[in-house]
Amino acid sequence: MDLSLSDEQKQLQDAAERFVRDKYAFENRRKIAATEKGWLPENWAQMAELGWLGMSFKEEDGGYGGGPIETMIVMEQFGKGLVLEPFLPTVVLGGGMIAAVGSAAQKEALLAPMIEGKKQFAFAWLERQSRYNLADVSLKATKEGSGWSLSGHKGVVYNAASADQIIVLARTAGSAREEKGLTLFVVDGNAKGLSRRDYPTQDSLRASELTFDKVSVGADAVLGTVDGAFPVAEDAVDRAIVALCAEATGCMDAVNAATLEYIKTRKQFGVPIGKFQVLQHRMVDCFTNAQEARSMTLMASLKIEDKDPVVRHKAASGAKVQIGKSGKFCGQSAVQMHGGMGVTDELSVSHYFKRLTMIDLMFGTQQHHLTRYSNLAMAA
Amino acid sequence: MDLAFTAEEQKFADEVRAFVKANLPADVRDKVKNGKHLGRDDYMRWQQALGKKGWLVYTWPKKYGGPGFTPAQRYIFENVCAEEYAPGIIPFGTKMVGPVIYTFGSEEQKQKYLPAIRESTVWWCQGYSEPGSGSDLASLRTKAEKQGDHYIVNGSKTWNTMGHWADWIFCLVRTDSKAKPQEGISFLLIDMKTPGITVKPIIMADGGHEVNEVFFDNVKVPVANLVGKENEGWTCAKFLLANERLGIAAVPQSKRGVEALKDIARAEQDNGKPLIENPGFAEKIADLEIQVTALEFTELRVLSQMAQGGQPGPEVSGLKIRGSEIQQRITELTMEAVGEYAAPYLPGLLWHGSNEEPVGPEYAHLAAPRYFNTRKTTIYGGSNEIQKGIISKMVLGL
Amino acid sequence: MDLALTPEHQAFADEVRDFARQNLSPATREKTFSGKHYDKADHVEWQKALGRKGWLPYTWPKKYGGPGWDVTRRFLFENVLAEEGAPRIIPFGVKMVGPVIYTFGTDEQKERFLPGIRSSEVAWCQGYSEPGAGSDLANLRTRAVREGDHYIVNGQKTWTSFAHWADWIFCLVRTNPDAKPQEGISFLLIDMKTPGVSVRPIIMTDGAHHVNDVFLDNVKVPVANRIGKEGEGWTCAKFLLANERLGIAEVPASKRGVRSLRDIARTEPQDGRTLADDPAFVAQIADIDLQVQALEMSELRALSTMALGGAPGPEVSTLKIRGSEIQQRIAELTMEAVGEYAQPYQPGMLFHDTNETPIGPDHAVPAAPRYFNMRKTSIYGGSNEIQKNIVSKMVLGL
Repeated sequence: MDLSLSDEQKQLQDAAERFVRDKYAFENRRKIAATEKGWLPENWAQMAELGWLGMSFKEEDGGYGGGPIETMIVMEQFGKGLVLEPFLPTVVLGGGMIAAVGSAAQKEALLAPMIEGKKQFAFAWLERQSRYNLADVSLKATKEGSGWSLSGHKGVVYNAASADQIIVLARTAGSAREEKGLTLFVVDGNAKGLSRRDYPTQDSLRASELTFDKVSVGADAVLGTVDGAFPVAEDAVDRAIVALCAEATGCMDAVNAATLEYIKTRKQFGVPIGKFQVLQHRMVDCFTNAQEARSMTLMASLKIEDKDPVVRHKAASGAKVQIGKSGKFCGQSAVQMHGGMGVTDELSVSHYFKRLTMIDLMFGTQQHHLTRYSNLAMAA
Repeated sequence: MDLAFTAEEQKFADEVRAFVKANLPADVRDKVKNGKHLGRDDYMRWQQALGKKGWLVYTWPKKYGGPGFTPAQRYIFENVCAEEYAPGIIPFGTKMVGPVIYTFGSEEQKQKYLPAIRESTVWWCQGYSEPGSGSDLASLRTKAEKQGDHYIVNGSKTWNTMGHWADWIFCLVRTDSKAKPQEGISFLLIDMKTPGITVKPIIMADGGHEVNEVFFDNVKVPVANLVGKENEGWTCAKFLLANERLGIAAVPQSKRGVEALKDIARAEQDNGKPLIENPGFAEKIADLEIQVTALEFTELRVLSQMAQGGQPGPEVSGLKIRGSEIQQRITELTMEAVGEYAAPYLPGLLWHGSNEEPVGPEYAHLAAPRYFNTRKTTIYGGSNEIQKGIISKMVLGL
Repeated sequence: MDLALTPEHQAFADEVRDFARQNLSPATREKTFSGKHYDKADHVEWQKALGRKGWLPYTWPKKYGGPGWDVTRRFLFENVLAEEGAPRIIPFGVKMVGPVIYTFGTDEQKERFLPGIRSSEVAWCQGYSEPGAGSDLANLRTRAVREGDHYIVNGQKTWTSFAHWADWIFCLVRTNPDAKPQEGISFLLIDMKTPGVSVRPIIMTDGAHHVNDVFLDNVKVPVANRIGKEGEGWTCAKFLLANERLGIAEVPASKRGVRSLRDIARTEPQDGRTLADDPAFVAQIADIDLQVQALEMSELRALSTMALGGAPGPEVSTLKIRGSEIQQRIAELTMEAVGEYAQPYQPGMLFHDTNETPIGPDHAVPAAPRYFNMRKTSIYGGSNEIQKNIVSKMVLGL
């Protein structure tokens, strides 16, 4: 047992910290969020150059042989800066699924250029009725000659507007909510019959509603096996959850630091408000919550590649419960302790609060994952 | 980073397990497993077995007769012992006064006291809190006046755990009443058989007797029993508190507690099915299990820093806070699992191991007393409010 | 004791309901139920209708043109209007400055200002907080220097709700910098059109513009606009705060919130059924529902004391604390009910009556912004920390 970072991992942490410090001063982030894409191509190129887009992939897939710990390290720093570049949809979700089940040809055509920073992805799984059930898919893919035709709707697809390829979870067999009969397709972002409605999210990211109207793809668009996509998607989402947890720990550290600084300097009744015990104890509770969040993120990062799927799923859900709880506590407390300033758009604190809130809603709330964890523990 | 144990660590875990299986008396194991109360002799038999093996003082360095475990070995030792239903080691000798003596004591004191602590032939207790000084420990008033080569001690200590079983007590006493509160305090070792000491039980909310008031009426204590310099006892007290906080999270015991809770939830019926199949209740257990995991990984992160030569900082106070809250939650859920059958109060069965038939399942009568009793965990060893005060000041700089 | 309504009170409730149905515009009503933002005209149109009926200053005694209702009628009025989807009455004129004027003002001031408040012809805002004086209101620094029959006012007010819609502002200003903080403060009414008054929006975290900074730069205010004596403005401020705390619990709005949360749960899909079929989620709704009921009974108890001629004591601070927490929790659960579809940010739909189709269901549009925005309720009107201090000091004597 050894929970310390290697020298390479420490260097990675330093580099990510430097990146955030240089590129993501709060006013800078506001400008990046207001650009047309909502992220900066030069930042993406730099991430590629630093090797971050390929670090968690195997060397035979063109990566640098790292894993979830490397992802955890950079995501945590991204959380501190509220980084907007689409690392999660492209690298963790898209890249992760291609690396997991892609053919040699798909890896060459998609993964290699992604690692170089030349391709971005999005993952379209959600539909209006699905809530957090990954198997609740009704977008249909039907056989069309040697290929397939896709029709239906997908919602809240992050990075769809910038994505070169969208990985779509579609129903090829079975009935509603059946885990069998789901298939992943790689669809070009500008495919004929695919229309988008783009919008910003509450926390300044970009997402889209997608409508598929008889979108034709070839047989080579299938990622993994026909009808067998559910476990692939489930694992991809679990990996994304763990990465999000790392991002959330970074958010919590940053928002706690900002709040601590504020209560040390803001004076009322002639003293810094941090002299009031009620705020001191609340600040300590924030600190403890962030510690627990970090612990659970570490646990999940270490277990997310376990051979036993139950261990993986429980790790992801357990961490997501903690992050939901801690993120809510730290975010709400930061706003409260900042007083009126906390609810304005002006300070970074409300932006961390919004991001922490949205992270809880992504891929299942605290309550959803508590139920999932409980069911998994019961079945074991 | 790697969560898996190395081959040596695995071998060590096997060795510990084999040792516990061979040396933990069956009746003691049974009592721990079923949450029953242990007597002095129960603790002593197990601790003396550990003492023979050299593992009782498992946190001590080799130099003072400890095994010199690595942080990973400590973690394994604590967890395996808990999994095998060994009783918790009474901390007053091994984790409290022992390290104070080997850090601040004279050579004579080390030779006189450490062997009996290592072997568990002497039972120690702690004389810190007083009726007027709980959270504000530095306001203590028990007085020790020097007369020749003795101190004459007068005053009273309270919340003294298991003092009725103890041979010796370590006390904070005031040797200079004119100094500032935290100065003028000294650290004294006192033989409980000295004339002038009386022990009066305090009965807890669950009806149990585990703590006492200890009265000192002109008690004569040799100056040779002073540890460290006169008026520098606060240094020993602070050292001891820092030493204490890490283990106090009691993660292995809480892991065991969650498992026991699950067993009870499987045995209890709810609408014709086991209670554990009630999703609402199962989710409460799941939530608790996640809290325990978070605490365990926080502790592992601290151990990992220590393994690299770092010292645990005041932020380990956070472990005490969460650890105590989790212990309370386990007893609360266990009581809820039992339901109405938690109501019968059976002191004979609870305290005296009588043979009477329990009302309801056997675990039921323990549930409420444990819940009541465990409220103490957020109060003792520095209440959680005090712990937050420490973090706020020492870590956050507020 | 009787919770049931008398026939007269029942008839009154029916009358209020009929009035609301006839006078509240369907568009405004729709905005209430879908959680969208009102514009100024929505508020003014509704308040003028109430004004024509004589109901706008519904808490005022008959003497000053109010309806002189008993507490039961006030309670029914608030609840029926909330049920019917009426916007909250903007309090600055009717509930704040109006009562201050009729309690502390001269006859000239009453004649001059009260009619515009009763009819909603004049919109008011509140100039209390300053950048350096939030919870510590008495620390305010905006200066008013007497020059002949005018004051020259300089300073800055912040968190001024609806200043961009207001015709007049009531301000606390410092007229004597040498007095103790709470003395030397006066209560001034200032016409927003006076030269030197400027308003700068503060954009909230959900993108909304409700509050503003108000800058006062050599603003000339007639001495005739001062309410009460010079240096005694703090008396008005305290009176106003006590007056404000009761209604701030927002129980009727929270009752409506729980109802619409249940409606949303009935339409949100999950696993081929709806969220209303999820026991864990409906248990959370039940929990907040019970909290609302407890709060309502506490408010009724306070009203009952008032009906018997008692004054609401400082314990009504707890209503504000719990009321704000409950409003926040309802907003939080509503957002969680919406799930991933709370993520799209749709300012057009939220603020500007655009005709675009919403992304996801209509109720998803305001879900997250409302959650963000409601964080303010535990901060404004004296933060919950301040309210707890009030209860601790005034009720518990700590």
